[in-house]
Amino acid sequence: MVSEGAGKGPTLTPEVIRAALEAVKDPEIPTVSIVDLGMIHGVRVDGEEVEVEFAPTFVGCPALHVIEREIVEQVTALGARRVRVRRVYRPPWTSDRMNERARRALQELGIAPPRPAPAEITWAALERVPCPFCGSTDTRMENLFGPTSCRALFYCHACQQPFEAFKPL
Amino acid sequence: MPEPLQEALGNLLLAMADDEVLLGHRDAEWVGHAPILEADIAIASIAQDEIGHALLWYSLLHELGWPDPDRMAYFRDPPEFRNATLVELPGGDWAFTIVRQFLFDFAEKVRLEALMGSAYAPLADAAAKVRREEAYHLLHSRAWVVRLGDATAESHRRMQAALDEAWPHALGLFEPVPGEDRLVEAGIAPPGAALRPRWEEEVRPILEAASLVVPEAEPVVGGRWGRHTEHLAALLADFQQVARSGLGETW
Repeated sequence: MVSEGAGKGPTLTPEVIRAALEAVKDPEIPTVSIVDLGMIHGVRVDGEEVEVEFAPTFVGCPALHVIEREIVEQVTALGARRVRVRRVYRPPWTSDRMNERARRALQELGIAPPRPAPAEITWAALERVPCPFCGSTDTRMENLFGPTSCRALFYCHACQQPFEAFKPL
Repeated sequence: MPEPLQEALGNLLLAMADDEVLLGHRDAEWVGHAPILEADIAIASIAQDEIGHALLWYSLLHELGWPDPDRMAYFRDPPEFRNATLVELPGGDWAFTIVRQFLFDFAEKVRLEALMGSAYAPLADAAAKVRREEAYHLLHSRAWVVRLGDATAESHRRMQAALDEAWPHALGLFEPVPGEDRLVEAGIAPPGAALRPRWEEEVRPILEAASLVVPEAEPVVGGRWGRHTEHLAALLADFQQVARSGLGETW
């Protein structure tokens, strides 16, 4: 995605841009910023031109277009004349790239944060996931797939609540 | 990159993209119709993944100078599609859907693992990314195959019939794309013939555990060169209907 803005941005630095991108949330997890999710791989500034390297979580996630548009809006508002959002796959995004703040925010939403991602996802990676409501590990995976690409469905035997977990990837 | 090599790379990406977009469409036909709600959610999510992966392969094609992804998906006719015939076959029953997905997922696994070492870096990077995601498809389809293979006499009968029908078309996934020799020589992609034994090593033990018998059959080929079954035209008539309706380009 490429966009032309009005320009007039004397203070464009990668740090300023990263800080502004904290305002961009995943629309399917609206309290978690894309910076905390680890989706901003790199930011390059060349005068008033900016390139944001964007690491998709799941390739088929339909929120990617929305997020990219919001990145462009935020950076354009800082005064960039030209903003390019480039999807990068090396290194691939993994759930290990989200920070503690993202993990806490997920937990507060009732979504269990992902465990460290093994080299290959197996059933073992999905067993005894702690319930985000009561903390019990007496849980079972109900469905590998959930309401979004990045979430799976679980059930907690202790507090008898269904819950979602962010998939390790 | 020399033009004949680029052409061959385009043929490979086109084959991969067309496989995924059409399988995604077939899977999506189940939305609202799957046997249980959990299965409905799963097949919808898998469909979305496959279509997303197709978009990625079409995007790599676009970078090489092919038309944009929407034009590729919605404005080509059957002979221009390079998918294996496996993915164009009608959805059939749930058993056929599961068997087809299972055979495809493992074929994709071995192909992606080989492409992770591709000399064409954008393809190697994308393959590594998609391969990680595919882990969830592999868990899903393997579990369903084992569950349905010997659950009841009826489920076994349906699964065996599905395997008998799907297997020869699945072998067509490994048909060489035009210009494959050039890709192999340049270290961009392995020959399809080298992938098939790796795939069989993966799927045969699982099918056996599910009490299913792999049929003796010749591959159904032609898809990689634009020769298809009569089902593709009907599929595209549905899939491309809205895009081609001329209702307007902006939404």
